[in-house]
Amino acid sequence: METYSLLRQFADSWMLLFLFAFFIGVVVWVFRPGASKKYEDTASIPFRYEDKPAPDRAESAKEA
Amino acid sequence: MANYIKLIALGVIVLLALMAANFARDLAYLVNALTVALAAGGLFIWVLRNTDEPVIRQDLSGEYMDEVIRYGVIATALWGVVGFLVGTFIAFQLAFPELNFEWSQGFLNFGRLRPLHTSAVIFAFGGNALICTSFYVVQRTSAARLWGGNLAWFVFWGYQLVIVLAATGYVLGASQGKEYAEPEWYVDWWLTIVWVAYLLVFAGTLMKRKEPHIYVANWFYLSFILTVAMLHIVNNLSIPVSIFGSKSVQVFSGVQDAMTQWWYGHNAVGFFLTAGFLGMMYYFVPKQAERPVFSYKLSIVHFWALIFIYIWAGPHHLHYTALPDWASTLGMVFSVILWMPSWGGMINGLMTLSGAWDKLRTDPVIRMMVISIGFYGMSTFEGPMMSIRAVNSLSHYTDWTIGHVHSGALGWNGMITFGALYFLVPKLWNKERLYSLSMVSWHFWLATIGIILYAAAMWVTGIMEGLMWREVDANGFLVNSFADTVAAKFPMYVVRGLGGVLYISGAIIMCYNLYMTIRRSPATQAAAGSAVPAE
Repeated sequence: METYSLLRQFADSWMLLFLFAFFIGVVVWVFRPGASKKYEDTASIPFRYEDKPAPDRAESAKEA
Repeated sequence: MANYIKLIALGVIVLLALMAANFARDLAYLVNALTVALAAGGLFIWVLRNTDEPVIRQDLSGEYMDEVIRYGVIATALWGVVGFLVGTFIAFQLAFPELNFEWSQGFLNFGRLRPLHTSAVIFAFGGNALICTSFYVVQRTSAARLWGGNLAWFVFWGYQLVIVLAATGYVLGASQGKEYAEPEWYVDWWLTIVWVAYLLVFAGTLMKRKEPHIYVANWFYLSFILTVAMLHIVNNLSIPVSIFGSKSVQVFSGVQDAMTQWWYGHNAVGFFLTAGFLGMMYYFVPKQAERPVFSYKLSIVHFWALIFIYIWAGPHHLHYTALPDWASTLGMVFSVILWMPSWGGMINGLMTLSGAWDKLRTDPVIRMMVISIGFYGMSTFEGPMMSIRAVNSLSHYTDWTIGHVHSGALGWNGMITFGALYFLVPKLWNKERLYSLSMVSWHFWLATIGIILYAAAMWVTGIMEGLMWREVDANGFLVNSFADTVAAKFPMYVVRGLGGVLYISGAIIMCYNLYMTIRRSPATQAAAGSAVPAE
């Protein structure tokens, strides 16, 4: 089979299926239980470190 | 030590650029080589003056890197005015051909200035806006200083060099003849280097972020940077005729070349002018409205739907061409589906204001952002409609397309950028507020009325010329000659030019307002007032 036909067949079968499944997966993942609470926190990221980066110490303290 | 290596490298670049200028086969290449020599020579002197000077080592990890963003803000505003000015001028050139002056034939006529205008507004104005806002947003939402130290400065100045090389090249006749990808091979190579550095700075900052999650605006910015890199490289696969000349030959030919070009061209719209600017929307609209985005879930679905679908939409630029029907149908179908994620994003942006709609009355900056989202919704409705083959048979090659592009570019990209600039300048220069809110209102109305004049004029002339071109008499002969359509379009061309005048007037008012904000506005009381939004 020449390259074009091979790639074409792959593109409109397995690759299509993969991309479609990935997309559906994302949508399902977004609506997983507990997501709302987590995203509430994520959505407020812009309101946290307006003027200065997060200090390093807090980070290392958390890890320790 | 590092300075000595830099000096050697810069010296070699100057030497090579001067040799290239000496052997140059055409004027554009000569001027570009001299520009490179000048830039590298200036940098050489600057590095030399700083060599062996005592270095003050400061720990800056506790602060954001904002100076490069300040430069970016200024560059955005200035390139914006330049791009709008060239655009307004060429609009009048179309209405009054005498403006293609005899003395400047071959340099300043419409054909040379048109790519200058499109590149200036998209890549100089839009590109600088994207780079500086992405640097601002990625730092704030990662709670980390920019990665890579002075690499961000390299990105900024390297990108300005791309703009200058491309702009002078166009006027002097170096062009690949690919829409939005006109710069010739050596500018493409240089842009690739700058863009990789940009990706490194952005991704490096994300890697060392202190927030566990990557905020959605950064997803959009990152997809914009990655996709533009891919598009740029594939669409610019060309072989230079001589290393001492600007001319190059494309690797692809025929319909493959056309398809590659519009795969690039439409995704330049999709990822440069849409994904990147959506990154801006997802940060600056919540900030200015002082409330988080309407639905974070919707923003994630919006992101994946948009990038999965946009990449397929290119073939709708090639209806009724040598492109196979299945390919253009594929492009058309994906363009129509694209309507959904686009409007999902629009709703997400607009609904962020729910509960704060009163701000529309009091805050002209948020008004600017809201109307930009409105124009986004409008042009992402118009676009899918125009991609339908039957509609396209009327609209293609007419001014309707130009009207569509400008309602997106002036309305969506322009207005959201102005909103971001009005937000950024008081923050970056530690000012309490903008110099004048009434000037923002003036800007808002001048720009809005300008866009309406522009878009309305182009709808009328586009549909009119489309209908005139296809009109046949009882015997099947065409009724109108091409010159008839040109004559009929004259009044609308004047209206379009006037719309441009209004738009650029607004932009000049903005520049004055921002300048006075930096010079005159009261400074914030140290640290305390810094969380107060600019109102």
